[in-house]
Amino acid sequence: MKTNGADDKTYLGIPLYRPRVAFFEFTSCEGCQLQILNNEGTLLDFLSLVEVVAFREAMTEKSDDYEIAFIEGSITRDDEVERLKKIRKKAKVLVALGSCACFGGVNQLKNRFHDLIAVNKMVYGEHPVNSGLVRPLCDIVKVDMQIFGCPVKKEEVEKIVINLALGKSIVLPKYPVCMECKANENICLFEQGEPCLGPITRAGCDSWCPNNKAGCWGCRGPADDANVEQMKKVMKDLGFSDETIMDRLECFGGFQTDEKNGQR
Amino acid sequence: MKKTVSVDVKHLSRVEGHGNINIKIKNGKLLEAKWQVIETPRFFEAILVGKKWDNAPWLTSRICGICSIGHMLASIRAVENAFGITPDEQTTKLRLLLKHMETLQSHILHLCFLALPDFMHAGSIFPLIRSHGDIVLLAARMKQLANDACDCIGGRRLHPTRTVVGGFTALPDKKDLASLSERLAASLADLMTLADIFRGLNIPDFERETEFVSLKGAGDYPFIGGDLRSSDNVEMKEHEYRKMTNEYMTEQSTSKWCRLSRNSFAVGALARLNNNFEFLHPTARELARSFDLVPLNHNPFMNNIAQLVECVHVVSDSIALIDHLLSSEFTAPRQEVISKSGIGVAAVEVPRGILYHCYEFDDNGRIVKADCVIPTGQNHANIQLDLEALAKDYAARGSDDRELELLASMLVRAYDPCISCSVH
Ligand code: SF4
Ligand code: SF4
Ligand code: SF4
Repeated sequence: MKTNGADDKTYLGIPLYRPRVAFFEFTSCEGCQLQILNNEGTLLDFLSLVEVVAFREAMTEKSDDYEIAFIEGSITRDDEVERLKKIRKKAKVLVALGSCACFGGVNQLKNRFHDLIAVNKMVYGEHPVNSGLVRPLCDIVKVDMQIFGCPVKKEEVEKIVINLALGKSIVLPKYPVCMECKANENICLFEQGEPCLGPITRAGCDSWCPNNKAGCWGCRGPADDANVEQMKKVMKDLGFSDETIMDRLECFGGFQTDEKNGQR
Repeated sequence: MKKTVSVDVKHLSRVEGHGNINIKIKNGKLLEAKWQVIETPRFFEAILVGKKWDNAPWLTSRICGICSIGHMLASIRAVENAFGITPDEQTTKLRLLLKHMETLQSHILHLCFLALPDFMHAGSIFPLIRSHGDIVLLAARMKQLANDACDCIGGRRLHPTRTVVGGFTALPDKKDLASLSERLAASLADLMTLADIFRGLNIPDFERETEFVSLKGAGDYPFIGGDLRSSDNVEMKEHEYRKMTNEYMTEQSTSKWCRLSRNSFAVGALARLNNNFEFLHPTARELARSFDLVPLNHNPFMNNIAQLVECVHVVSDSIALIDHLLSSEFTAPRQEVISKSGIGVAAVEVPRGILYHCYEFDDNGRIVKADCVIPTGQNHANIQLDLEALAKDYAARGSDDRELELLASMLVRAYDPCISCSVH
């Protein structure tokens, strides 16, 4: 890989390679991209680590010459499929940024209706617009890395980018949010009668919601070895309705739910 | 004199979401000027159907990555209105403070990161880091302040975690509120520096008579709930919002369009300011006057300045709100919620204009019907008509593709459109 000229940074005395990165968005709220701009304290440091060559939400200049593509959003239309395939051809590393890209995110809740034409009508009446089933990126192209979360945690994105720049391998936490929550010494929300998917959801957000006394909705998808059936039983025993459990399990598309089996 | 100009912008940059601009001028005559919205919809109104009430704020927050707080507060208010819940004073003040900090965050993002590069002949804020480092640092400082405040009150700057129907899951630390107040007071100087920078810019001189729609202030500059008004003297109650928006579908857009007394109307900072000038904080009002920005101002490019004025207003008002919150003991963060059937409507002024959420609930607190009308959706028709007028003006005097492209892009950016949000 080539290096990028005079203003190279060094890390522990080793010249740091600045990868050329591009940001793209599909069907999404664009919040995950905004998270990149949202950490003003380290934004300038971050920008010195990479060379941003395309970021439509923030800049007009753009280039097709990039190595890492960060892609936000899910896929809902044929033209998006084509655009995604083109990006895949150009990028050495394709990163799915956020739960919309990884699992379909909240958008995939639309898929729980079996009649998508009726869904279209419900919103647009007699003037339906072009939109199909909501799909995550990995349904269409090979995804090299997934960064979970709705929204993604900026610190985690930065860590991943630094490791990519250093050529180090990246290991996502395998354990559940509960581990972080306990390390943060929170009082368990179950004791306060609040539902929480912390026991089965992949960590990495530093138990963001429970830290704020709000239960986890599983936005980062299942932890390795998550026992969803066991979780359902425990929550039921604690008095939560099937509906409350299902609302959380199906919210971001990370967990396999019965509703979805017939759809994909 | 033969003048042929054409502009073809695909996926306009430095706006949220996807839109195209097409302009064709032949022999000095305008053939076409089109604002096209091609964003893919996410069908939030359908997604909500069948879901219990507590899902609504959590899900609709994801309509927008910039104004997630505004959506969440509108959603909460719609649910509370349907269930007959009135928030207590503490909750009301904390919500307004949170709202203010989102307004500040969003306006600074737009003014400095999205709009300013055009005026400085740059394609983004990134090259300005070298040429105008002090401005970039100022912008980063202001945005960080607003974002830190949102973390402190809402639990998270994007898709807040603490805001729920009935109040908050947790309250901010009073020590943090006190230090926030100090930082806000110090930031007023930064805002005045920013005002000086904008005073030195060449704001395009363009006017088109427009109807402006916003909440109607009753003693205060309005943000959360209340009556609706237009500058053409239409007044409505919050629950009558549909008569204010009159949505319809058009060929050139996946977002619905709106109209009221004329073929289009505008919402946003300029509309709020035009309709509620007397309720601005005195410092903010004075700043507006120094830019000759007084009602009724019909220059859409002045929406930038109206945002700047609102920054001063929300910072000043936030300091007063925090004073008030610190002067009394905190009470319980949330009240109990008992669901019932019915319809609830909420009108909330988010950074880009007035936002409506409306839900109908069945006996079990499940959503039967949902409707969200987004500010940018209300602005699309107005952007289209402005673009036509601007292009017509230009056809009569200019002939430079690039110049018109920049001017047209700046016009659309002045509305600070949130396109994916408008399509939702
Ligand atoms: S994952 Fe969440 S925050 Fe990110 S783009 Fe999707 S909806 Fe927005
Ligand atoms: S609050 Fe949630 S994440 Fe925290 S310990 Fe309890 S179940 Fe686990
Ligand atoms: S606590 Fe759960 S819902 Fe909240 S950010 Fe972490 S994984 Fe997502």
